[in-house]
Amino acid sequence: MEEFINIGKRIPKMDAEEKVTGRAIYIHDLKVSGMLYGKILYSPHPHAKILNIDTSQAEKLPGVKAVLTGYNIPPIKFGFYKDNTPLKAGKVRSYRDEVAAVAAIDPDIAEEALDLIKVDYEILPAVFDPEEAMKEGAPLIHEEHVGGKEKKPTNVLNLPWRLVCGDVEEARKNSAFVAEDRFKVTWVSHCCMGTSGCLAQFDLKNNLTIYSPTQIPSLAQRDFTDALSAMGLQGKKARVIKTIIGGGFGSKLDTYAFEYIAILLAYKTRKPVRIVFSREEEFFATSPRQPAIIHIAQGCSKDGKLTFRDIRMTLDNGAYTSWGATVPSVMMMPSSSLYKVPNVRYAAKCVYTNNTYSQAMRGYGTPQVTFAIDSQIDILAEMAGIDPLDFRIRNANTPGEVTPQNFKINTCGLRECIDAVAQKLDWRQVRGRKDGKGVGMASLIHVGGGARVYKSDGCGTIIKVDDFGTVNVFTGATDMGQGSDTVIAQIVAEELGVRVEDVVVTHTDTDVCPWDVGAHASRTTFVAGNSACGAAKKVKEQLLEVAAKSLGESPENLDIRDRIIFSKKDPEKKTPLGKTLRAAHYTTGGNMVMAEYFYDPANENLDKDLKGNLSVTYTFGTHGVEVEVDKETGQVKILKYVAAHDVGKAINPMLLEGQVYGGATMGIGYALTERLILQNGKVMNPNFLDYKMLTAKDVPNIETIVIETNDPFGPFGAKGIGEPGLVPTAPAIANAIYDAVGVRIKELPITPEKVLAALKEKTNPK
Amino acid sequence: MKQTIHFTLNGEPVYVEIEPYLTLLDLLRDRLELTGTKEGCGMGECGACTVLLEGKPVNSCIFPALEVEGKGVTTIEGLMDAQGHLHPIQRAFIDYGAIQCGFCTPGMVLSAKALLDENPKPTEEEIRNGIAGNLCRCTGYLQIIQAIKAASKKL
Repeated sequence: MEEFINIGKRIPKMDAEEKVTGRAIYIHDLKVSGMLYGKILYSPHPHAKILNIDTSQAEKLPGVKAVLTGYNIPPIKFGFYKDNTPLKAGKVRSYRDEVAAVAAIDPDIAEEALDLIKVDYEILPAVFDPEEAMKEGAPLIHEEHVGGKEKKPTNVLNLPWRLVCGDVEEARKNSAFVAEDRFKVTWVSHCCMGTSGCLAQFDLKNNLTIYSPTQIPSLAQRDFTDALSAMGLQGKKARVIKTIIGGGFGSKLDTYAFEYIAILLAYKTRKPVRIVFSREEEFFATSPRQPAIIHIAQGCSKDGKLTFRDIRMTLDNGAYTSWGATVPSVMMMPSSSLYKVPNVRYAAKCVYTNNTYSQAMRGYGTPQVTFAIDSQIDILAEMAGIDPLDFRIRNANTPGEVTPQNFKINTCGLRECIDAVAQKLDWRQVRGRKDGKGVGMASLIHVGGGARVYKSDGCGTIIKVDDFGTVNVFTGATDMGQGSDTVIAQIVAEELGVRVEDVVVTHTDTDVCPWDVGAHASRTTFVAGNSACGAAKKVKEQLLEVAAKSLGESPENLDIRDRIIFSKKDPEKKTPLGKTLRAAHYTTGGNMVMAEYFYDPANENLDKDLKGNLSVTYTFGTHGVEVEVDKETGQVKILKYVAAHDVGKAINPMLLEGQVYGGATMGIGYALTERLILQNGKVMNPNFLDYKMLTAKDVPNIETIVIETNDPFGPFGAKGIGEPGLVPTAPAIANAIYDAVGVRIKELPITPEKVLAALKEKTNPK
Repeated sequence: MKQTIHFTLNGEPVYVEIEPYLTLLDLLRDRLELTGTKEGCGMGECGACTVLLEGKPVNSCIFPALEVEGKGVTTIEGLMDAQGHLHPIQRAFIDYGAIQCGFCTPGMVLSAKALLDENPKPTEEEIRNGIAGNLCRCTGYLQIIQAIKAASKKL
């Protein structure tokens, strides 16, 4: 086993010092000379015609520099379904519809101007339930939207998500046991501590620079360039500069109305315009996790081998379309491939309503569907009279497997994860007491080696080395706090034989950094890491070529360690790295060391049947929980929490633990306390008092178990870890509650009220 | 009608004219350009705006700036010593992975300082209570708790 200097080390995050001293500049801290402040007026109705907008009073207010509405902006359509505009004209379809926007010299004047804008509405009937919205005669959210074979107006989106593997009907007939249940999951919010915002400005030639805490700098650049064209600015450039991100979790994987509004205000006023969301706006005007109504059936043979899995979902798409409508494409992953199940059917409908609309959120549909799948595994195991631990072992994925969706499993540590969790929970001894204390477990599969959701899954890296051995790495990757800056530095330092402190990682500017598809799908360590590795290898080659001459050795016999280039045959033959660099540079026909590498993993787009090897490799994990349920109050207390993850290789165990702790805590909130409450389309709890995020008093001690399967395709063997931490949390807890008190809750969050109601029902069935 | 207030900020005297309705947060961030203190919610619920007033933590977003008259305020910028060395709590946060996106960090560090100044050897439960008013979405709190424990051993 190789002895690494930088890999596997608990190296502190590179920008931690900046953050802990208050020096880090987030979008809220960024000020530019002459900057104006933008604010947005939202709709007071869930569904209404806009009859008239009078902005004359607002425009007259001293300090106001521009007022925009859907009637005085160029036609920009955004979102992949192209059904959204930055400011609405004709009608409003939800409480978060942007109706007007103001730019003023200070935020208070902008706020005052909003109050002066008079809008006349004609209220329309609204629909807030996707199952209602599918019915004949339901109010149409987008009247011009047609679908189905007859191309009739409909609220059902033309996204017939459907996956068929094998023959589910046949398998069902031949199953010894079949479980059939309905699960429901609702909206939860990312709750990034730093609210959304951006700062847009144009240069004298009408090229745009936009400061944004985005997770997709390259794709955002393309979206904004398209917007410039729609504004009549064809050929003009968009430059995206990232400010330090105050939390991502998928909330910054699309481009948003407020960004286009900032751009339009900046263009109108010829001044920089910054928009920053209040916390209330962050709750009601940003897109939460995709809710779902899940109908699921699974079957098994007499000895507990899964025979089929049949899932049918209805998704509340809200008033407009963002990434929420694509989560089915990722929900298919656990549907087809969590545990070995030969026959699979998955279908999902996305339906417009007058509710808020959803986007990506950590897990991207997998926490939702895994709640249903892995809760039902316990239900099925009980029917079959098999311990849920044994049931999972019997059906566990294995290395080298090809799943029904054509995922090629390379490394797979699922069995080790299940065993570790069972051992830590003392499973065999402790399970089945039904005395108020119980244990439960659940597993996950996730992409671990990139995910080809777009045509490219690539990331570019450029490296340059200066005269003194400082290594500048320009990566397309995004750090949003998870630590990709540090992991990339560790990988480059290891590859090049320098120290981590010699490496400076820049990832902030589309004018400087190469293309990357984005910080999603837990792909950054794997893809950006491999990309950095590739560039570093080229740099090392150049360094060894140069040193070969001065040392009188052939490059194959040389290596670099701790800033010294030495001969492997005779380690006393050595020279410092800096000396080599300066000798190469300061001479006639000199050279400076630079290299680039674009890594695009060998994974596949899903084909027209939605099958294909989406990722180069997959991660697995199991969470186990011991809970105590208070039968008087319905409160669930977590006594023990164990999170086992197959990570390939822990490049930085400390940062990895941070991902697991953070993910699991988010998952516990998802399971027990968090809910964005909408009533007739209105968010009722847009604040931290009423939206229950876990505090330091609530989080249990989480024991992490790191299983290293050393993936051959990952950088130093690593696979992704960003999302897995919250994928199996909810079913693990639900299963533990069932073991504790015998009630099965199929709707999240599992609040004390729901537990009490279920306990009452159990003792006094109606 | 503007009023002049006179207070000590990170050990230095400050003399500034402000509107009576100004919050301490806006005074620090907008007028004095100390952007280390963050606005997370503007309603005193998340703790991102925590600063120390006479050593005690307050939510500066709902704290009237006028009330600091004659008192000592400490912000995150004031934690390093005169030679530019990090406070042991800051050092521990870095070393224990207690910082991811970092937005909650200034408030969290100051709450930790207030806790350790009052209770130098807290139990884990006391630490959790001490930072219960500081929300964090990234870390799951456990590494923050470890960092505070470690800092308490150094102080």
